[in-house]
Amino acid sequence: MAPQRSSSTSGSVKTGMTMTEKILAKAAEKSQVVPGDNIWVNVDVLMTHDVCGPGAFGIFKREFGENAKVWDSEKIVVIPDHYIFTTDKRANRNVDIMREHCREQNIKYFYDITDLGDFRANPDYKGVCHVALAQEGHCRPGEVLLGTDSHTCTAGAFGQFATGIGNTDAGFVLGTGKILLKVPPTMRFILDGEMPSYLQAKDLILQIIGEISVAGATYKTMEFSGTTIESLTMEERMTLCNMVVEAGGKNGVIPPDATTFNYVENRTSVPFQPVYSDGNASFVADYRFDVSKLEPVVAKPHSPDNRALARECKDVKIDRVYIGSCTGGKTEDFMAAAKLFHAAGKQVKVPTFLVPATQKVWMDVYALPVPGAGGKTCAQIFEEAGCDTPTSPSCGACLGGPADTYARLNEPQVCVSTTNRNFPGRMGHKEGQIYLASPYTAAASALTGHVTDPREFLQ
Amino acid sequence: MAAASLRSVNPTLPRTLASPTRSPPFQSPFLRFAPASITSFSNLKPLVTPPAPSSSPFVTRSAAASPQERKTFHGLCYVVGDNIDTDQIIPAEFLTLVPSNPDEYQKLGSHALVGLPASYEDRFVEPGETKTKYSIVIGGENFGCGSSREHAPVCLGAAGAKAVVAQSYARIFFRNSVATGEIYPLDSEVRVCDECSTGDVATVELREGDSVLINHTTGKEYRLKAIGDAGPVIDAGGIFAYARKAGMIPSAAAA
Repeated sequence: MAPQRSSSTSGSVKTGMTMTEKILAKAAEKSQVVPGDNIWVNVDVLMTHDVCGPGAFGIFKREFGENAKVWDSEKIVVIPDHYIFTTDKRANRNVDIMREHCREQNIKYFYDITDLGDFRANPDYKGVCHVALAQEGHCRPGEVLLGTDSHTCTAGAFGQFATGIGNTDAGFVLGTGKILLKVPPTMRFILDGEMPSYLQAKDLILQIIGEISVAGATYKTMEFSGTTIESLTMEERMTLCNMVVEAGGKNGVIPPDATTFNYVENRTSVPFQPVYSDGNASFVADYRFDVSKLEPVVAKPHSPDNRALARECKDVKIDRVYIGSCTGGKTEDFMAAAKLFHAAGKQVKVPTFLVPATQKVWMDVYALPVPGAGGKTCAQIFEEAGCDTPTSPSCGACLGGPADTYARLNEPQVCVSTTNRNFPGRMGHKEGQIYLASPYTAAASALTGHVTDPREFLQ
Repeated sequence: MAAASLRSVNPTLPRTLASPTRSPPFQSPFLRFAPASITSFSNLKPLVTPPAPSSSPFVTRSAAASPQERKTFHGLCYVVGDNIDTDQIIPAEFLTLVPSNPDEYQKLGSHALVGLPASYEDRFVEPGETKTKYSIVIGGENFGCGSSREHAPVCLGAAGAKAVVAQSYARIFFRNSVATGEIYPLDSEVRVCDECSTGDVATVELREGDSVLINHTTGKEYRLKAIGDAGPVIDAGGIFAYARKAGMIPSAAAA
């Protein structure tokens, strides 16, 4: 553990720093920080959505004044995504409230939706905030990104510091562009080995959370590296960092590389500066995994750390499958599910709900050919397998939502889901039983009507 | 009547008026602040004077605070288990309520802890009521985990609870409790949740250095970890009120 020295007394002697320490030091205009330091940090991007945005702006106006202006109208990204396709009047009102604020403050990035009947009629609307942030080029290595949502940690996949904050902290950032943070110590997770063809990033993170528990990373950074990580696509890296919060983690981070730069440079021309952990940086914990030995896992009800091998749950009868959310509703997630359905050539035995995270994901599902499927798109394969038609992109039923939310768990049913939490009542009904799983496992389970290891269909 | 007009300016006021054991926080109804005046860190006084070790990100009390100052909460306990996530504290369907809107703030309180499973036979807020009869929530490990929704500490405070005593907290919940000033997140040293029952009468005494939870029903006393620098922030009514009181953010009058 790095010695507790304040930066002012150690100006010329530098201790090695981790990625997170470096990012925060730079954002605090300091040459050096150590875990435990409380520092004021400049914020590069603040994201909010329809659920917390009204509250955050409400606090901003109350504290800074009715006529106050935000610190930088180009650094705030407002993404309606949580309760969109509903007749709930308050939910609809909240999107209208955000429109008013964005208009008044001249917010550059507001991914608005006005026609709730047809999401495609809204050219600006994106969908799930964490996926939209990445797709629109707002995630860049070395930066500090805050969001009024716990899964803001997803962006750590881009080698930046990204974490969730509440409305009050967000109100403060809206006015000042700064936040007070305590520098977290870093836990290192080195994942090596070739990724088995039936394994996905979701299996990796469920494995890790099962290892360290839902509070195993509280107040800490989870840094992922190793040959397996280097082989992951950006979307898989996002899935990994997405669930860092489920272990209590403050932020997740992955060293940026060519894969990262490729993705980012195709979406933004804003310059960025990647940083990497020093060789002599101090880590508070070290975990190593040989990924080639891992098997598909699920998180059984009612905790993300209630890990079990998928094959050991094959007697669990299920009522439905849900594929969606920032965790498991991206293009590659649907590609994976489609690939398994195609390989199996069978029909699903239970209602299978598909909720693309964003407009772009929805379009990919309908337009992109699935490799090895003779030119068929995901949508065609899903239709042949008897899944529900892919629905309007949003957070959907991942968190239950208003009573009329599509695919909400309104009965005490058993659901295999590619989402991120399975605490009681998470998807709606308090006695609902949610098994968290990878898209492969979810698709396999849909085909058998039981929790199923994807190796049953993938060879 | 004066309170009613102040309430429309500062929605946190009704809560403090309802808790006579707390001294009213400093607040001016004419709060105005121009963010443009903060262009660099020089306007924000450092909250921690190095090299003082601190366990939380807020300053030690100014010399003006009374060293004998203590804060007391007295009332009934409501006991929950480990890993009570924010979906159980305030289910997602109620997140359409905006906490900074006074009417909706009250409504949030009426739904506090409604997400707990049916195995919790005593409900935190009786159906049809807006306030709770329990002043102290007793929890286990990792209280407040899950979603970052600030509605979680807000609904507990809106319902009338004064403090949570838990073995440990999830970080966003802890941070939100302090930033909003809605509820005191106190750390116990042992598994108090195993030794207390819902309905026990208890007192929480916050003092410099050693704070205690006294369960009058069982006769047992438990040491609580000092809330330290987070205490004055909650006392002041949250991070904004504290920042003005501590001179960190200049008020319009001073500019």
